[in-house]
Amino acid sequence: MDVLAGKVKVTSKTLDQTMNPAELMDHPIRLTARDVTVHYGEKQALHGISIDIPDRAVTAFIGPSGCGKSTFLRCINRMNDTIDGARVGGKIELDGEDIYSTDLDVVELRARVGMVFQKPNPFPKSIYDNVAYGPRIHGLAKSKADLDEIVISSLRKAGLFEEVKDRLSEPGTGLSGGQQQRLCIARAIAVGPEVILMDEPCSALDPIATAIIEELIDELRENYTIVIVTHSMQQAARVSQKTAFFHLGNLIEHGDTEEIFTNPVNKQTQDYIMGRIG
Amino acid sequence: MTDTVLPGSAVGAQNRERVRKSLTRRHRNEALFRWAGILSIAAALGFVAILFSMILSKGLPSFWQSTVHVEAFFDPELIEGGPRPELADFPSQADYQQAVNQWQRAVTLSNWNRIVETALRAKAPDVEIDSRDLLELVTSAARFQLRDMYFANSDVLGQTVPVSILASANTDNWLKGTINRNAADERQQLAATTRALADRFEADGTITFDFAWHIFTNVDSRSAPATAGLAGAFMGSLYMMLVVIVLAVPIGVASAVYLEEFAPKNRLTDLIEVNINNLAAVPSIVFGLLGAAVFINYLGLPRSAPLVGGLVLTLMTLPTIIIATRAALRAVPPSLRQAALGLGASHNQTVFHHVLPMTYPGVLTATIIGVAQALGETAPLLLIGMSAFIANIPAGPLDSATALPVQIYLWQGNENRNFFEARTSAAIIVLLGLMLLLNAIAIFLRSRLEKRA
Repeated sequence: MDVLAGKVKVTSKTLDQTMNPAELMDHPIRLTARDVTVHYGEKQALHGISIDIPDRAVTAFIGPSGCGKSTFLRCINRMNDTIDGARVGGKIELDGEDIYSTDLDVVELRARVGMVFQKPNPFPKSIYDNVAYGPRIHGLAKSKADLDEIVISSLRKAGLFEEVKDRLSEPGTGLSGGQQQRLCIARAIAVGPEVILMDEPCSALDPIATAIIEELIDELRENYTIVIVTHSMQQAARVSQKTAFFHLGNLIEHGDTEEIFTNPVNKQTQDYIMGRIG
Repeated sequence: MTDTVLPGSAVGAQNRERVRKSLTRRHRNEALFRWAGILSIAAALGFVAILFSMILSKGLPSFWQSTVHVEAFFDPELIEGGPRPELADFPSQADYQQAVNQWQRAVTLSNWNRIVETALRAKAPDVEIDSRDLLELVTSAARFQLRDMYFANSDVLGQTVPVSILASANTDNWLKGTINRNAADERQQLAATTRALADRFEADGTITFDFAWHIFTNVDSRSAPATAGLAGAFMGSLYMMLVVIVLAVPIGVASAVYLEEFAPKNRLTDLIEVNINNLAAVPSIVFGLLGAAVFINYLGLPRSAPLVGGLVLTLMTLPTIIIATRAALRAVPPSLRQAALGLGASHNQTVFHHVLPMTYPGVLTATIIGVAQALGETAPLLLIGMSAFIANIPAGPLDSATALPVQIYLWQGNENRNFFEARTSAAIIVLLGLMLLLNAIAIFLRSRLEKRA
């Protein structure tokens, strides 16, 4: 175990016991959460969440509304910092580095952990400027040609380039909902993140646009650690390798998606998956 | 009979009946409200129409002033000083300047009134009229007009030149009928002979109503209402508006951004917010007192200066801009902030790259409304000495000046009723025109900015 841990740069305590060593080689743990709690003022939204999230795989958070899955997702890139009265306890590590430590700059963290939101939210700027904004503020491109390259490759990776290549200077808000969401994914990719968080990315989209995004997520898995919050169990089953079930601010059960859906250990998980709660 | 006894269909019928009953009442309320709305809008539009038609019908004629067209003979016997000295005749520039000054003094002392009188008499050689009554026909500035023509070109000496002289305000009012033409002789401003001559000149085309460009190019006058213009007041207002825009917009927007986006939410910021809202309701004359006490007495800035007026008006405009900018900032959708923050933009970058640009249309509207309000403000300017009579166009924001609304106030209050008749409504039209222009710019810019966003 120690040899393995050294190789993948994780400490043994972060290892997920359900993973076999062969799998672990392919998917070392990138994110570790230990006993994470969140309070919104007096109200406690999360009660001690502990989970490991593997690299280059899709982890889905499922659970009924208000179960805390989005709240936990927003802890990972510290978006909860922007909410007045939100307090986060416990520990979250990205590659063994405490993301809530005072040494860590939140701006740097968010460049490493990108986010795609529930409702497509392109900037009221051109398609090009939407994608170029992140690289610009982080100084990622040395020249105009560099920036063009980043924008085009990001749009390609998001599967949007062919559709918009002739109108890069038109406003991003003029695209269809599904295209806008892919633009937001391209925008997140352009910064070169290691982790991409997706907060119900398809809930505002029609089934066809949803299918395109799901396909895209599956492709992105090869290069990024993806965490997706979803209301749809079918979606979780389709796109994820790992699934975590949240209920009333607790992490009830997590593990391989196949396991969770076919053979849940917990009664609540079973009920939710069978459609009895939620 | 209770619902439980009724079968389902009967309950449905009963409910439908109830809905139908309430429908008539709901429709009636809707129609009532619609009619009340239409009525109130019609009333408001009616009042605006009455206001504008009254102002325009009274004010527009004063833009066309009676002008006497005569041939003036620059009589060498009357004009003293001879021809203008030539630079070549003098050993030095200083000597030449001295000679020119002497010449100008001599020319000014010539009897220009005689030249005006002769020119007028030439138009009606058969009329017998007293010299004083004859000169009453034209504005008292006529002699300076001819003198300045001679200063500009002394070659006209001994020649007869066509000249257009403004009729006096009394003549103008007589011809326009704004004073009672049937009033008894002793109640008329002009002698009977002058009145008759004016009527004759109008009939034979010697007097025509020409567009009065000098309203925009002349400064105020004390003695000759016909020649008084708005140029000084206009420039005074312009300098003040520049001061207001340069100070109020950056300070107001910066305060709003700080309070809304950066300041911690605590008692102190609540207190500041309440006070800013209260500041918007402080009577403007109090701001004038503050300006007199702080800017003039304490800081020693010059009295009557557009700079001081601008500072006072800035204080008045600030709350408007701050409140509007904060409202606009609050209206920016949170999804936009999240998008920027999620990409790793810092708080500062989020605010200045994404949030603030969304508020430009709102800030712009607030600015122009604030500036238009400041443009029409009179009371505080009276307290800082901007109601003084100023005979020069101010060359900078530190020169003494007056402002457009103050000029209206001064003319309306002048004991010489000709100012009131000839000028006030014209000045009001100019001021309203400026306001409309500002509002039109605001609407135009806002629609353009909104289209871009």
